[in-house]
Parts: sequence; structure tokens; C-alpha cells
Amino acid sequence: MRYNALNILREGLRGNRGWRPAWRKPEPRGSYDIIIIGGGGHGLATAYYLAAKHGLSNIAVLEKGYLGSGNIGRNTTIVRANYMLPGNSEFYSHSLKLWEGLEEELNYNVMHSQRGIINLFHSDGQRDEFARRGNMMISQGDDAILLDRGGVCEMLPYLDYEQTRFPVYGGLYHPRGGNARHDAVAWGYARGADSRGVDLIENCQVTGIDIENGQVTGVQTTRGQIRARKVGIVVAGRSSQVAAMAGMRLPIESHVLQAFVTEGLKPCIDHVVTYGMGHFYISQSDKGGLVFGGDLDFYASYAARGNLPMAEHVVEAGMTLMPMIGKARVLRSWGGIMDMSPDGSPIIDRTDIKGLYLNCGWCYGGFKAVPASGDCFAHLLATDQPHRVATRYRLDRFETGIGLMDEEASGAQHNLH
Amino acid sequence: MRINCPLCGLRDLREFSIKGDAVALDRPAEDGDWHSYLHLRDNPSGETRELWFHGQGCGAWLVVHRDTTTHAIKSVTLAAETTP
Repeated sequence: MRYNALNILREGLRGNRGWRPAWRKPEPRGSYDIIIIGGGGHGLATAYYLAAKHGLSNIAVLEKGYLGSGNIGRNTTIVRANYMLPGNSEFYSHSLKLWEGLEEELNYNVMHSQRGIINLFHSDGQRDEFARRGNMMISQGDDAILLDRGGVCEMLPYLDYEQTRFPVYGGLYHPRGGNARHDAVAWGYARGADSRGVDLIENCQVTGIDIENGQVTGVQTTRGQIRARKVGIVVAGRSSQVAAMAGMRLPIESHVLQAFVTEGLKPCIDHVVTYGMGHFYISQSDKGGLVFGGDLDFYASYAARGNLPMAEHVVEAGMTLMPMIGKARVLRSWGGIMDMSPDGSPIIDRTDIKGLYLNCGWCYGGFKAVPASGDCFAHLLATDQPHRVATRYRLDRFETGIGLMDEEASGAQHNLH
Repeated sequence: MRINCPLCGLRDLREFSIKGDAVALDRPAEDGDWHSYLHLRDNPSGETRELWFHGQGCGAWLVVHRDTTTHAIKSVTLAAETTP
């Protein structure tokens, strides 16, 4: 059933008895053309674009838990296209354009809100760096406005401008940036894929990948063997474990990134704001909670929780920047498992095994990438050729040293991003 | 998380910084497999072996056996006394 005002009205008058589940719960069949391992945002988006753009529907998405039970359901929901380096720049620009048409495309309210992102800077050097980044964003065709202190003050009057240690010099304003309702993105793609015939199979953990003579032939799962000539791995923090089933070692380390949300408050923070001197970013959800996060804990972890020193550090940074949030009580915190690549940029590529494809390395920035990642991975799975905006996301770039995309200029080795 | 430094005793996580997987101890020969050494990781879900630096303590490099699913630390030894 299409979601529209008329149907809401009609169902309201009929006691809402006509609504149907947004997707089926099919039993896995014996074989498919394509299997996607991982029913998170990227996996569901991949299935959707395979069906919607490439007309393929004999596809299964295998999810070990429930759909959207990983990072897509727990993140700080920021959507932006403020990348600088060739490779990332065109990819995230493409992603933002897909975001802008996503609700119409999916007939699903993902609550995409282009409320604007302001990256604050706190020194002359940082201003130069942000001006350069802004110019790169404009030359990619996206938007960026360099604000001076007065300009920031007009938009964000609640910041502590008087602090002596890290005074606010200005900010880089990205008006088309913003955020979205994270769960709804997964649900919208799931509904769209399911309605086009894709089987979304929950509670189905992959336990092995079958390979014969260098060609993928299927997967072993907790719900039996399923055959397929093409298998895509899109499992974020669990990439190393799933790739190991195919005998691969990946350039990935899984780290914990913590995020926090406060009790619901009246609207007070209208944009997404990032602090240039402490690793801190914040926005307010439509429910009223302040959603904020900081840096990685920096040690490898699958515990889905972090430690208190980083929680303290994040809250300290927030208090330095905007003391007004000091009385808000933190409702909950969580730790997501991030698939960190050495240069901080992702991988969407074939592997040495025929029919086995890899989508990983999203680090702590996977949410904004969901539409383009799905589009590009679907393109690769369907055509065996990389999508034009994802040609640089090669798995072999670490071995060759060609085309590394290190946005932070900190080096292309583990533990630097 | 606290780490039991062999020289200083049980200390808060904040005194330490991590280098990463203890693969750094297994430095390959000049014409060895540097790609694997620098980039590829087992990335285990479970027991792992890491290099930590006690920067705000004795300044020793430590080899820490740790469980990545629970953060429990099994053993800590001095890197200088650890054979790769």
C-alpha cells in the first residue's frame, strides 16, 4: 500500500485495520542469483537498487539479527557532503543528491532534514584549512559558506564565545547538510526491496562461504545452505570475520565509537554543530533529545560499549563549547562497531574470488553514505564494473599505494583515523 | 578498563595509549611482505594481542592480551622481554 495522505485518512476512518506489514518474512529458498550478507542500511540499500535500477529481483538479504539492528539503528544520523579528496568528493556528493530524492523514491518518510551543518574553527590556520575545504566542496557542485565569528554568532548564539583557550573564529556552513531518521532509512529501503521481490531473511547468520575453483557457489547459514553465483559482503564491523570464511584477511580493524543522547528537551539546537578543537558533534533529534558523539576509544573492540574516559572527554568538550547543555541529563549511550580502514575511506570492490564482492571500511561515517553505497554496490554486483563515483574505492590501494584517500592527512595506517 | 603494568601496578586506562595490534613486533625482512604487515589484520572477535605504551607512567611498551568482546585483560608483559 502506498503511504499518502488519502490512505491515512481512509485508514483513520476504518479503524486502521487495513495496514499491512512493511515487508514479508519469507523462508530462504535453495538458491538465488545474488546473496547480500548483512541486512543493515548498506545491505538493504544495495538490494533496493539492484531491484529498482537493474531489474533484478532473485535476491536474498541475509541478516543474523533483525533488519537494521546494527549501526543503522544507532548512530548520530548526520548527512553531509563535505569531503575534499577526489574519490570521496564525488561519491558523497552523489550520496547527498540521492538523499534529497530519497523520500519520493521510497515513498517513505525518512525525516531527512537539511538543517545545515556548521563546522567551527578556532584559529587562523584552521580557518585557512576550512576555506580550502569549502572551495573544494563548491568546485564539486555542493554548497559551503565561510562564516566569520559574527555570522556564527547570529546562527548559534548559545556557544561560549568568551572562552580564552579555544575562541570561536568562525565556521564552515554547509546548508544542504543535516540529518535523518536512521531507522526509517533501513525500513524504507527494506520495504522498497521487498515490494520488488527481494527476500529479506532475518535471524539467518552466515557460517560459511562456499567456493569451488575460485568461484563462489553459495553460503552456509544457520538456516541451511543457500546457493548463489554472486555474494556481496556488507557487514560493517564484522567484515573481518565474514571475509575470513572466504580465506581473506582485510585491511580492517573494528573499533568502538560511542554516542550519547539526552532526555527530550524543547528545541534549542537548530543545526548540526561540530567543534573544531575537541572531537565533538551535536544535533537535536525531532523527539528533542540532544544526540552527540566524539572520537573513537581507539582500541579494537566488539563489545558494543566503550569506556568512561572517552565519555568524560566528549562531555567535557561539549561543556567547553556550549555550557548551556550542562543541565541536560544523559539518557543513554551506546558503542557502535566501526570497520576502520587504514586511510579512513571505504572499499567497494571485487575480490580475488570470482563472484565475491566486498563493501566495507566505512569507519565512523557510514550513515550518510547509505544511498550511494547501495547504488554503487548494486552497480558493481549487477554489471561487474565499478560505478563511476566509486572507481577509487579499490581494495588493492593499500598494497599499491595508489589512490589512497586520507582526508585527515594523518597517514594510511591503522589507528591513525 | 585498567591495565596492570608490570612495573607500576594496576593503572587507569588514561595513562596508556595504544599502538595497535602487536603485529608491530613481527617486522618483516627488507624484501618481506610489508603490505600484510602494515595493513592486513586478523581483527579477532575475542582474544587479541596489542601494543600499549605507558606514556603517563613508566614509559614502557607493553604487550597486552585482551578480549575484544569483553575488554577483559588476560595478561600484560613488557614488550622488551617478549619474543615475537
